[in-house]
Amino acid sequence: MKSNKDTRVVVGMSGGVDSSVAALLLKQQGYDVVGIFMKNWDDTDEFGVCTATEDFDDVVRVCNQLEIPYYAVNFEKQYWDKVFTYFLDEYKAGRTPNPDVMCNKEIKFKAFLEHAMSLGADYLATGHYAQVRSQNDRYEMLRGVDDNKDQTYFLNQLTEDILGKVMFPLGHLPKSEVRKIAKEHGLATAEKKDSTGICFIGERNFKTFLSEYLPAQPGQMQTLEGEVKGKHDGLMYYTIGQRQGLGIGGAGDPWFVVGKNLEDNVLYVEQGYANDKLYSDALIASDVNWIHADKVEESFTCTAKFRYRQQDSEVKVTILDDDHVRVDFMESQRAITPGQAVVFYNGDVCLGGGTIDEIRKADHRLDYVG
Amino acid sequence: MEQIYLDHAATTPIHQDVLDTMYNVEKEVFGNPSSVHSFGRKARHLLDEARLVMARSIQAKEREIVFTSGGTEADNLALIGAALGNRDKGNHIITTVQEHHAVLHTIEKLEAEGFSVTYLPVDQDGLVSTEDVRRALTDETILVSIMFVNNETGVIQPIQEIGQLLHEHQAYFHTDAVQAYGLIDIDVNLLGIDLLTVSSHKINGPKGIGFLYVQENVQLQSLQFGGEQERKRRAGTENIAGIVGFQKAVELAMENKVERNELYSSYKNLFLRLLEENGVEFQVNGDVKSTIASIVNISFPGTKVEALLTNFDLEGIAASSGSACTAGSVEPSHVLTAMFGKEHECTTNSIRFSFGIFNTEENVEQAALRVAKIVKRLAR
Repeated sequence: MKSNKDTRVVVGMSGGVDSSVAALLLKQQGYDVVGIFMKNWDDTDEFGVCTATEDFDDVVRVCNQLEIPYYAVNFEKQYWDKVFTYFLDEYKAGRTPNPDVMCNKEIKFKAFLEHAMSLGADYLATGHYAQVRSQNDRYEMLRGVDDNKDQTYFLNQLTEDILGKVMFPLGHLPKSEVRKIAKEHGLATAEKKDSTGICFIGERNFKTFLSEYLPAQPGQMQTLEGEVKGKHDGLMYYTIGQRQGLGIGGAGDPWFVVGKNLEDNVLYVEQGYANDKLYSDALIASDVNWIHADKVEESFTCTAKFRYRQQDSEVKVTILDDDHVRVDFMESQRAITPGQAVVFYNGDVCLGGGTIDEIRKADHRLDYVG
Repeated sequence: MEQIYLDHAATTPIHQDVLDTMYNVEKEVFGNPSSVHSFGRKARHLLDEARLVMARSIQAKEREIVFTSGGTEADNLALIGAALGNRDKGNHIITTVQEHHAVLHTIEKLEAEGFSVTYLPVDQDGLVSTEDVRRALTDETILVSIMFVNNETGVIQPIQEIGQLLHEHQAYFHTDAVQAYGLIDIDVNLLGIDLLTVSSHKINGPKGIGFLYVQENVQLQSLQFGGEQERKRRAGTENIAGIVGFQKAVELAMENKVERNELYSSYKNLFLRLLEENGVEFQVNGDVKSTIASIVNISFPGTKVEALLTNFDLEGIAASSGSACTAGSVEPSHVLTAMFGKEHECTTNSIRFSFGIFNTEENVEQAALRVAKIVKRLAR
């Protein structure tokens, strides 16, 4: 086995505290660490200022502190073709896409991984909160120990092959500890606030951003019974279970989005958080990836997450074909959203996941959800 | 692993003699050349001596030399100064699409301010055509700016021909000679040059100093105001140590021009031969016959600049590309785009290697072998 000194690890550095500490820890472990900044999106404003420049400056500062070489690589074209196009297509289809899952699948752990390997890297490391466990030449992905930060949900499309080439140096740490390490070592990014939301939208208004790419078609807001409750600004601006921004006044419980009718451009709303129309008992998922495909049985029980940071729920998974599974919930679930990921777990082991396509209840498809 | 520097067109290491000279000046001579006492006179003496050396190196007169903070400032002063100073004679400027950004962006600024600009193309060999210059000239033309040697390809432009062409025309002829100076003989009178830019750090001198040659009849408006230094053309207390260091670098550069040309040519040939012998697929960009000895620009089909440069650096080879890479944004080289068109593969797979005093036959050979290994691994 190679010594750490002779093992080259390329670290994907964003200019944030997590990837900075990931690089620091690897450096402390004696690896041959190379920092690489990835640019996926051109957000240069009318004054020629681009947030990527500031982020890259932070990468430069941290890498100089760590005395490791740093470089940049551009994946704007790949990102546009593979992630952003998907993102827009999903919104056009009335769904709520998850660009982070797609970015990990197509960019970070594909194009970027290939780039790292072309630099003679033995491993690619990122600041994700997840863990890789290797046993008898098999690789598994485990949740990060910080329950609140665990990012395996976004990594559900990684294959075992890829897990053999990646390192997640932060997986065993709570976020607070990562901040503490950054401060102790005086890293330039120690106090930098975490980025939130979708990376290419950043701090901008989501609606304004989306309207630059997709024409918004305002329409009616109705109950499933057909009672008109107001107007919506365009179906793409709403997601299942959403309460904010509906503008429906009056007495009684608040109103929630329960579905969309793309054909008639109608947004369905119902009253009350616990409204029955928000609940379902099964789903069909596509693009399903199993990290250990060879170990998957026809039908089995496990736990699942239907959105990021949600508690796990007990489910029964039935394989339909190579690409599709049916997931039955032990307890009915609220606001399952087409386009989001369903991710499966056995204890702390992430088994894989897929994209939620169809929502079902009492063995019928809930067409109104989309 | 030995780090091998093949990026002398970007900047050069300072020569030990230059460093020693500068150290002594900084230590011994702190006076202001404008002062009327012995301290000032001592500094003034050094300044005048240096100016004489600069002037002689291009067959110019001492009063025709204006010290600047470097090549970029000299280009700015030449272009903006001549354009604003001659507005009464016309409004038209001619340049080429392959100029250094210090020229190109300055002229774009002038264009935005109302000057009319013709950007001449270059051919596939990286050469501008004198005939194109002739055709572009009008009665309104007041300034023609064409670089002496292209910084990316090393292609030497037909400066003398253009100088002759402009001899009978009112337009002033500016040339950015930053890559040429020190390897190519320059006689401003013979070549018909009115304004010429030179930078110190490209010839093993210190950074932060350069000069602009301004033919004595050129009407130049100054861009920096204050004291009466540089005959009011460039206000500000002179950087004496930098100027004397620059002087030393010029003296060294003029001493063994022929030998260095031969040496760098031999490095270039050795480098290309080794790539060939090691089965690397490549093409040299630019007409090899009219290329300066120190620069070679090579296209490696099936590769990408980012991966090449990163791999080279990780293997201790310092080179560069004409593509501007800032924070991960790669702009394809404007020079290669001008030569081959926007979609051509060369614009994103070409590397400039440039030789200088840091090189030896051994390290050039080493570098070629490492480059060959990397390129073969990366090329599809």
